[in-house]
Amino acid sequence: MASISPYGKRFISYLRREQIRRLIASKARIDGREVDQVRPVEVKTGIVKTADGSAEVKLGKTHVVAGVKIGLGQPFPDAPDEGVLVVNAEVLPHASPYTEVGPPDEFAIELARVVDRGLRHCGYVDFKKLSVEGGKAYVLWVDLYVINDDGNLVDAANLAAVAALKNAALPAVVKDETGAVKLDRNSRAPMPLDLEKAPIAVSVGKIANVLFLDPIFEEELSLDGRITYTFAQERIVAIQKTLGSFTQQELEAALDLAWRGRESYLASLKEVLQ
Amino acid sequence: MKKPPVPLLQNGLRADGRAPDQMREVQIQVGTVSNADGSAVVSYGATTAVAAVYGPREMHPRHLSLPDRGVMRVRYHMAPFSTKDERKSPTPSRREIEISKVLREALEPAVMLEQYPRSRIDVFIEILQADGSTRVASLTAASLALADAGIYMRDLVVGVSVGLVDGTVVLDLNGLEDNYGEGDMPVGYMPNLRRFTLLQLDGAWTREKFLEALGLAVKGAEYVYQVAREALKNRYMAIAEEIYGR
Amino acid sequence: MYYVTPRQLIFPGDLVATADSRVEGPVYVDNGKIRSAVVGLVEFREDVVVIVPLEGVYKPKKGDLVIGYVTDVLATGWEVDVRTFMPAYLPVSEALHKHVDLETTPLTTFLNIGDVIVAKVKDVDLTDEYPVVLTLKEERVGKVESGTVVEIAPVKVPRVVGKKGSMLAVLAEVGCDIVVGQNGRIWVKCKSPRDEVFLTSLIKKIEAESHVMGLTDRVKAEVENYKKMRQQAQA
Repeated sequence: MASISPYGKRFISYLRREQIRRLIASKARIDGREVDQVRPVEVKTGIVKTADGSAEVKLGKTHVVAGVKIGLGQPFPDAPDEGVLVVNAEVLPHASPYTEVGPPDEFAIELARVVDRGLRHCGYVDFKKLSVEGGKAYVLWVDLYVINDDGNLVDAANLAAVAALKNAALPAVVKDETGAVKLDRNSRAPMPLDLEKAPIAVSVGKIANVLFLDPIFEEELSLDGRITYTFAQERIVAIQKTLGSFTQQELEAALDLAWRGRESYLASLKEVLQ
Repeated sequence: MKKPPVPLLQNGLRADGRAPDQMREVQIQVGTVSNADGSAVVSYGATTAVAAVYGPREMHPRHLSLPDRGVMRVRYHMAPFSTKDERKSPTPSRREIEISKVLREALEPAVMLEQYPRSRIDVFIEILQADGSTRVASLTAASLALADAGIYMRDLVVGVSVGLVDGTVVLDLNGLEDNYGEGDMPVGYMPNLRRFTLLQLDGAWTREKFLEALGLAVKGAEYVYQVAREALKNRYMAIAEEIYGR
Repeated sequence: MYYVTPRQLIFPGDLVATADSRVEGPVYVDNGKIRSAVVGLVEFREDVVVIVPLEGVYKPKKGDLVIGYVTDVLATGWEVDVRTFMPAYLPVSEALHKHVDLETTPLTTFLNIGDVIVAKVKDVDLTDEYPVVLTLKEERVGKVESGTVVEIAPVKVPRVVGKKGSMLAVLAEVGCDIVVGQNGRIWVKCKSPRDEVFLTSLIKKIEAESHVMGLTDRVKAEVENYKKMRQQAQA
């Protein structure tokens, strides 16, 4: 195992990259957006009937499906009175011409871990209410599946996770004839959630000195830098700088730009979830 | 939040007696793995990272190399005996995979890869002892190992962690503070060019605390940078002393 | 304007001078300032400041004399390891003086895997599959049959040669054949194996103490000492 520099399989022609860079220099984008504009967001919930909760998000042409499965298990030893969250992500082989078949690569693992980080401490899900008598706990499996990659998977996947959790309802805990604790999927209670505390991930791309929101696939191939800020209410709950380097001023400017992007995402989310 | 076994902050001092803006003892040695092209050992308190660099060398298979620049391979791994209580399985975990990526992206902006077309540069980091802040100690070790190998770099990269403990911003988290604190922010910084190459965060921070932490991280990084410069000097001056000391 | 002083140790990212100054060596320009790209020593020469790296991989240049190890026999030539990050190639046309019928004579007749050659770098072209092309069609190059090869860091080669060949002249006093490859490989052939061992350790000493002052004098003293001891032993 080792992390290897991407070796140029994702191809973008020099001409196209230069076009993107020239446009960005004059604060314009190849798809006509402004630098502080995210693509149109479409959120649908309850699309997978076999899941305990589900949602699909389309951020422009980027398409992510999130499914929640709820189980019963052991709490983590250092949090015996809390429910368990497990986030997994996969970029499906058909998501782009460049995606490979195989177990989640470092991008998918990072994606899952960044979404997880955002969800864990923001207070969106009240994990303390997910403890189950007898030293057990509810386990929330959140699986993120990228159906189509047209750039900026983390923002879209995060929204899908938030929406899927809102859509989920907790199966009741019952005891069977032998006294064993089980879940009854026919009797449900709402997930203990506070929508106001939902974590919203906002990615900022950088080309030369220009910062812009929600990079599209071809912009991602031309980036000099990239950073994702995740907000919950007024707090920063996760940061992941991936590509490139940033001065302190650039980090602050990106933070402010990301904060503005959050408003667009939150509005789209609330439209559907409230 | 989990309750810590001992208070993390009392009378303005941390559980191990440090002030909020104080680093643990930083020990750095360069050139310790003789077979490697470059190497370094870095300790922040009880956290110890060994980094070794092989390269630039030919990239095989050739079709995976880049015609105009080198390719970096970075591996971060924790030895099974490095963790405090339970043995950690040697199988690379998702955390180690993410950290390997984060470290690679923290080093690439500093390394002049265009000087080494078609080649690969391998960076191997092993954590021998873990007591918080392992990825940032690794970053410092890796960048020194690259410099020790003579690979062209724009700047060294220095790693430090900052965190939030009882609402106070603190520098260089140890294992206890990492596990029980309210927030953790690993930072990688190029001291001459004043640019950040590693930045992550978890917990819940206000904008003000975040900016304050960023400032404290720069101060911490500049301190570690001075220790690193001394270590590099010692590597080359030791021979002079050996001769003139006779 | 320069920001450095003579014989100063310099690190990656350190300021060397303003962009309009004369600087040679591994440096780069950032925002109108020249910065070092390596750990090195600053040397003030005639009208230029030179950054001398203390470590670094060999970067082949056209015209370099190198010592290589044959690593593969291919259809029309040999692959050679010249201790760099790019593969090197010795075409048959550059190795043999007369035409050879490759159908009947296998290339292994001339050079096989493991052979040591002293060669010249004919060309370096990064767009080629074998960016480094070697030639044996020059003076004083060819296959090496005996002697020993010492490996040192390529950046230390100038120190082994010395200013105007001064250090090499001192080493020559031992009475052996020495060929210095730019790629950090030095071929040494002496009449006695003991001389070869001595010369090898001396070259390694030069490598280890390359940046310390007074080295040439110390090496001279060691050679004198050795010659005395050798004379006494023969007596």
